[in-house]
Amino acid sequence: MSAIPFPAPPADSAEVLALRTEFRAFLARQLEGRTPRQRSDNWYGYDRAFSRAMGQAGYLGMTWPKQYGGHERSAFERAVVVEECLAAGAPVGAHWIADRQSGPSILKFGTEEQRQSFLPRIAAGELSFGIGMSEPDSGSDLAATRTKAVRDGDVYRVTGTKVWTSFAHEADFAILFCRTSGTPADRHNGTSQLLLDLKHTPGLTIKPIIDHAGQHHFNEMHLEEAVVPASMLLGEEGQGWDQVMSELAFERSGPERFLSSIELLVQLIEVLKGRDSEAAQITLGRVTARLAVLRRLSRSVAAMLQEKQNAGLQAAIVKDVGALFEQGLPDIARELVDQEPDPRAAGAYASVLANIVHNAPSWSLRGGTREILRGIIARGLGTR
Amino acid sequence: MLAEMIQRLFERSLDDKAQTRAKDGEWLGDLWGEVAEMGLPLALLSEDQGGFGLSPAEQGEALRLMGLYAVPLPVVETMGANRLLAKAGLALADGPAGLARADDLAVSGSKLTGTIARVAWGDSLDCLALAVGDTLYRVPRAGWTIAEPGTSANFHPRPTLRIDWAIDASAPLPHCPLAEGATLRAFQIAGALEAALDMTLDHTATRVQFGKPLQKNQVVQHELAKLAGELACATAAADLAAEALERADVLGVAAGTLRAREAAGAGASIAAQMHGAIGFTREHRLHLYTTALWTWRDEFGGQVGWAKLLGAAALEAGGAGFWPMVTEL
Repeated sequence: MSAIPFPAPPADSAEVLALRTEFRAFLARQLEGRTPRQRSDNWYGYDRAFSRAMGQAGYLGMTWPKQYGGHERSAFERAVVVEECLAAGAPVGAHWIADRQSGPSILKFGTEEQRQSFLPRIAAGELSFGIGMSEPDSGSDLAATRTKAVRDGDVYRVTGTKVWTSFAHEADFAILFCRTSGTPADRHNGTSQLLLDLKHTPGLTIKPIIDHAGQHHFNEMHLEEAVVPASMLLGEEGQGWDQVMSELAFERSGPERFLSSIELLVQLIEVLKGRDSEAAQITLGRVTARLAVLRRLSRSVAAMLQEKQNAGLQAAIVKDVGALFEQGLPDIARELVDQEPDPRAAGAYASVLANIVHNAPSWSLRGGTREILRGIIARGLGTR
Repeated sequence: MLAEMIQRLFERSLDDKAQTRAKDGEWLGDLWGEVAEMGLPLALLSEDQGGFGLSPAEQGEALRLMGLYAVPLPVVETMGANRLLAKAGLALADGPAGLARADDLAVSGSKLTGTIARVAWGDSLDCLALAVGDTLYRVPRAGWTIAEPGTSANFHPRPTLRIDWAIDASAPLPHCPLAEGATLRAFQIAGALEAALDMTLDHTATRVQFGKPLQKNQVVQHELAKLAGELACATAAADLAAEALERADVLGVAAGTLRAREAAGAGASIAAQMHGAIGFTREHRLHLYTTALWTWRDEFGGQVGWAKLLGAAALEAGGAGFWPMVTEL
C-alpha cells in the first residue's frame, strides 16, 4: 500500500471554536480600513505594530513553553490563528518567519541562553527574522552552500552572499546557513547555522533586490569577514544540514501554501455578486471544494505535528497541491470576469488581480520549488 | 480486523476472471453470498441498529477497500441504503439494495409511478431506498420493471427503472440518498486511486526503457508525486464528505464529492499515461480502476449539479462570508 497517510484531524474542541471567534474579532479590530489591495499582500504585508499587537494578545509563540514567553497551546490553536490571519490578509510579515520557523528552530536546537534571549522577544512580536539559506550559486541545491564561517577565538568570521532574503532590510536577525569546515564538495557535511544580527554586524551589507512588480521584499546580504560571536552558533557545529531540513519542515507545514491568493477569490465573489451566472456557480463550487479539501489536509498536518510525528512528506504534498491551487486562481477569475490587471488601479478588483498575477510565480519557488517537492514525494513513495 | 477479513475475501474470491464475467453481464451471486455472510451490508450501522458500530476511520477503510478491489457488486450502495433505511426506521434490505432520488415521480393516492434513470445494478436488487421530495420509500423488487437497459463506463448494469408500486413502506427522509451515494463513491474513488498508484509504482519500477526503469526518470517521478497528491485529496475529500453527511450538511458533502470526482479524472489520466499502451488494454488490470473512476465520478448527482449547489452558496455568502463558510465545511 503506497498511500501517504493523512490522519483525520479531530473535530474542533470548545477551546478551538472559542479561539476562532475571539481571534476573528481581534482581526476585525486590527485590520479595520485595510484595503483589498493591502490584504492581497498576504504575508508580504509587514507591520511591526500589528505584530506587537499579536504578541501582546498572546497569539505568537503559541505552542512554546511558558518559560520562554510561549502560551503552551495546541498545534490546532496555532493553526487557527495562522489561517485566520492569512484569510483576512493580515500584515504578518514582521513576525511570520520568526514565529513559524526561526523560533521553533531556536527552541529545538538553541542553548538555554539563546532560548531565553530570543524566544520571549519573538513571542512579544518585537523580534523579526529573515531566512538565510539561498545563495547566488545555491538555490534548490542548498548543500552547495559556499558562505564560509571561520572560527577565530570567540567569534566566527563569515564571508559569502545570501540572496532572496525577504525583509532583511527590516528584520532584526536571520538564521544563516553556512559552511564551518570543508568545501561545497563536502555537501551536507561541515555545515552549521548562525544567528546573524542584521542590524549590528560589522562586515554585513544588505542591498535590495527589486522584484518584477517593482517591489522591495527581497535582499542580497553580503558578508565580508563579518564578525559573529561564537555564542550565536545555533545547535551543533557541523550539524547544519539536519537542522536546516528541520527548519524547512516548519516552513512547509502551514496553510500559507494555499491561501496566498484568497483575497482574489474574495474580490471575485464581490464582483460576481448580483450577476452570478451558472458558469460562476459551477466554477466557484469547484474552487471551494478544492480549498476545503486542502484545508483539511493542512489540518491533518497540524494533527501530526501535535502528536510530534514527522509530517515532512505530508507537508510537501500540501504545498505542491496548494501552490497549484493558489496559482490557478487568476486564470479561473479571468474565465469569469473581463478585467485588465492594473497595479495602480483605485478599484479593488483590478489592483488585487495585478498583485496576485505578479506574485503567483513565487508560490511554487519559495520554501522549496515544485520540482524539489515532487522529488521529496517521489522518494517517499520509494522510487529512489 | 474487518478490513483484514474484507481483504482476505476479495483476494480469495474475486479474480480477474470474475471481473470479466461481471463485465459480460453476469451477476456474481456466489460472491454476493460471501459478502452478505460477512455482514458487510450492515457495516455502516451502529450496534443498536444491528450493525458493527465501526468508527468513522474503520468505516472509511472498509469503503475504500471496495474501490481498491473494484468490487463489481452493489456493496456500498447496499451499505448506504441500509444506513438510510435504519435511520428512517424502515425495514433493512434483505439482499442487494439501491439508492436513488427521483423528485418527478408521481405520488397519487397510495401509488408511486414513474421512471428512475440509471440505477446501479437495478435488475439485481432486492429493494430500493428511494427519496421523492421529503419522503423515503422502501420499494421492493416487485415494485419496478426494467424500462431500458443501461451500462456504466466500467460495463456494469445501470438500467432505467419503471416504478409502479402500491406504497407500503415510507418515512420522513433522514438525508438525501444522493448525498449518501456521492459520499460512498468518494471512498471508492480514493480506494481505486490507491490501487492505481500501487500499480503505477510497480509498473514504472519494472518496465525498462532506454536501459533503466521508467521510475529513474525525473519526469516520471514527478507524475507519481502528482498521483500521490490526487490520492491524498480524494481520501481527505471522502472523509470530509462523510463527516458532513453525519451532520446532514449537504454543502460539506458537495465539497467532498466534487474534489474526489476531480481526483478521479486527474488520477486516472496520470496512471494511464504512466502505463503506456498496456494500460489501454484489458490485458493489464489497470483498466478495472480507470474505467471504474470514469464511472463513479459522474454518479449520484452530476458534477455540474453539485458544483452549482456549493458555488451558489459561496456567492450567497459574499466576499466577507466566504472564508467563514469554508471553515464550516
